[in-house]
Amino acid sequence: MTALKDAFLSAAVALGLFGPMVGLVTHNAAAGLDLVPNPIAVAVLVGMVFFGRLGMLLWRDRHQGRPQAPNKALAETLTKASRYLTPALLALAIALPFGGSRYYVDLGTLVLTYVMLGWGLNIVVGLAGLLDLGYVAFYAVGAYSYALLAEYFGFGFWICLPLAGILAAFCGILLGFPVLRLRGDYLAIVTLAFGEIIRVILINWVSLTHGPNGISDIPRPTLFGLSFSMDGGEGTFSDFFGIEPETIQRVIFLYYVILALALLTNWATIRLRRMPLGRAWEALREDEVACRSLGIDVTNTKLSAFAIGAMFGGFAGAFFATRQAFISPESFTFIESATVLAIVVLGGLGSQLGVALAALIMVGGLEMLRELLSWLAAQMDSPFFAGIAGELPTYRMLIFGLALVVMMVLRPRGLIAGRDATATLTKQQPVARETG
Amino acid sequence: MAPLLSVDNLTMRFGGLKAVDDLSFQAKEGDITAVIGPNGAGKTTVFNCITGFYRPTTGAITLTHTDGKAHALHRLPGHRIASRAKVARTFQNIRLFAGMTALENLLVAQHNTLMAATGFGVLAVLGLGRYRAAEAAGMDKARHWLDATGLIDRADDLAGSLPYGAQRRLEIARAMCIDPVLLCLDEPAAGLNPRESDELNGLLLRIRDGGCSLLLIEHDMGVVMRISDHIVVLDHGKKISDGTPAEVRADPAVIAAYLGEGDEDEVAA
Repeated sequence: MTALKDAFLSAAVALGLFGPMVGLVTHNAAAGLDLVPNPIAVAVLVGMVFFGRLGMLLWRDRHQGRPQAPNKALAETLTKASRYLTPALLALAIALPFGGSRYYVDLGTLVLTYVMLGWGLNIVVGLAGLLDLGYVAFYAVGAYSYALLAEYFGFGFWICLPLAGILAAFCGILLGFPVLRLRGDYLAIVTLAFGEIIRVILINWVSLTHGPNGISDIPRPTLFGLSFSMDGGEGTFSDFFGIEPETIQRVIFLYYVILALALLTNWATIRLRRMPLGRAWEALREDEVACRSLGIDVTNTKLSAFAIGAMFGGFAGAFFATRQAFISPESFTFIESATVLAIVVLGGLGSQLGVALAALIMVGGLEMLRELLSWLAAQMDSPFFAGIAGELPTYRMLIFGLALVVMMVLRPRGLIAGRDATATLTKQQPVARETG
Repeated sequence: MAPLLSVDNLTMRFGGLKAVDDLSFQAKEGDITAVIGPNGAGKTTVFNCITGFYRPTTGAITLTHTDGKAHALHRLPGHRIASRAKVARTFQNIRLFAGMTALENLLVAQHNTLMAATGFGVLAVLGLGRYRAAEAAGMDKARHWLDATGLIDRADDLAGSLPYGAQRRLEIARAMCIDPVLLCLDEPAAGLNPRESDELNGLLLRIRDGGCSLLLIEHDMGVVMRISDHIVVLDHGKKISDGTPAEVRADPAVIAAYLGEGDEDEVAA
């Protein structure tokens, strides 16, 4: 009975929320805006909330005795699955371009860029425990380093890639110094401000960066000196191999470049975790005072985390610049930092596989959802759904946000919450810890 | 020969409060020196000055190694006190790396030794250099201290999931992994049952016999009287007594401080 009452209450709240948000749609009419009511959509949503809440409460009643059990089983399943998931994902990533679909290769490149950014930020946030809300700054520094070096000095991508990494790492140290004493919320605020400072500099230093107009015609990368230009002339990829020049060749090449860069990030992180430096980062996350009492130089350890995390952000930035061939400060807003941080938190702080999965869901999943909703809308051509079908794709972000909330309720420590020990005395690996 | 640790005219002020007032004492090589006193006497403040967590207002703290090299602890930056002067410490409220395993805790403690073998991190990441040998040596040392503290079976368990007594012992093992000449223990017996407390006594005596001197703050008089070679008694930031356990026990000033006399305000446990 209480469940029914609770469900009614939830439905009432949903009605209050969705009534104005979904029920009233503005349309451009001849004379200004028109308000079109959309009662069916509201009814569907309120009904979903009512039955969803009712179902959830009934399910919870039945499983009263063992509320933790399903979560633990899920954790163990995930741990077991992850052993096969990693090689499967890697094989999929390598095989993707052979599918031949330009759309999927482009999407894969985008996903991998975020995987790489996630892995880079994972060093700072996941391992060292330093909450960084301005990670996009290093992405921007990397992108602009390459774009400017190419524009003013005519350097190629492969020379600029390490330079972009070094410059971004330098910026990481620059950010690190003033925030050495800060932790948690205060650190987050300063890093947030740092991200904005870099963006504002890029906008306002017009003589160097062309301000809001951005930089265009950034050169594309070459494969051992072979370019991917469309004219098929001397010294191009297609000329060398005697095949027709096609855009897809460059797209696939770029895809493998970012795949290699992302794997480099992953490899370096995995190695570093087993090194004293990586252990010191994790120790720093656990207890800074204890670190100091053991003779660990907290300053250097923090700066190295900032620098190395920033370096990978810089690599990703240089790749972004060469892939887009055009960059402007527009691309480096706070929402990018937030997305990357969401990927790291959703994946499970410190978990490499979790971050990759989260990037796949957050970036790839969002695109898939768009497709799915358009397809669903096309199926619902009965007059009953007339009010909703056309609007369905616009609910993409709403559904996505809801999915994220549900995910964090179910798995508050991220998709893969466990942590493998970096050294063991006995041979067996400890099972992922589940304290959520 | 100079004493291992020499505290001279140490004063520590927090605003208007003098937590430690012109304190001088010495700790000899190979001794267990205990600092006792009622609550609020300034014991932990003295500890924090010695281990570099506070910078003393005035006074000097000098640590002299057996090779004659002297370290001015009141001037060294915090982390150098552990890495250079080789002074290790534990905390009153245990500070382990709770999310890491017991073994990892001990490896983190050997950070400086292991880091030196990584060739600025670059070589070791590439799998080159002498890091592999250094890590094997580090594992051996960790295994030795896990054995000594009876934690070898829990080596791969998370430090935070160990029972309280085991966490205390692990913290001591972790401190010993920096190869200290002086180990400072802040209330190591707090919260232990009588049996665990006895085991702790044994462990501390073994550490002393292994060549590391100890300085401890303790409320448990059973522990203090049984294992200390030398006791310093503080009250209101001043030294009121200094000597062997028997001397200190008979000192009227100590009895007055602990049991109260006239307008004294505190009765310690």
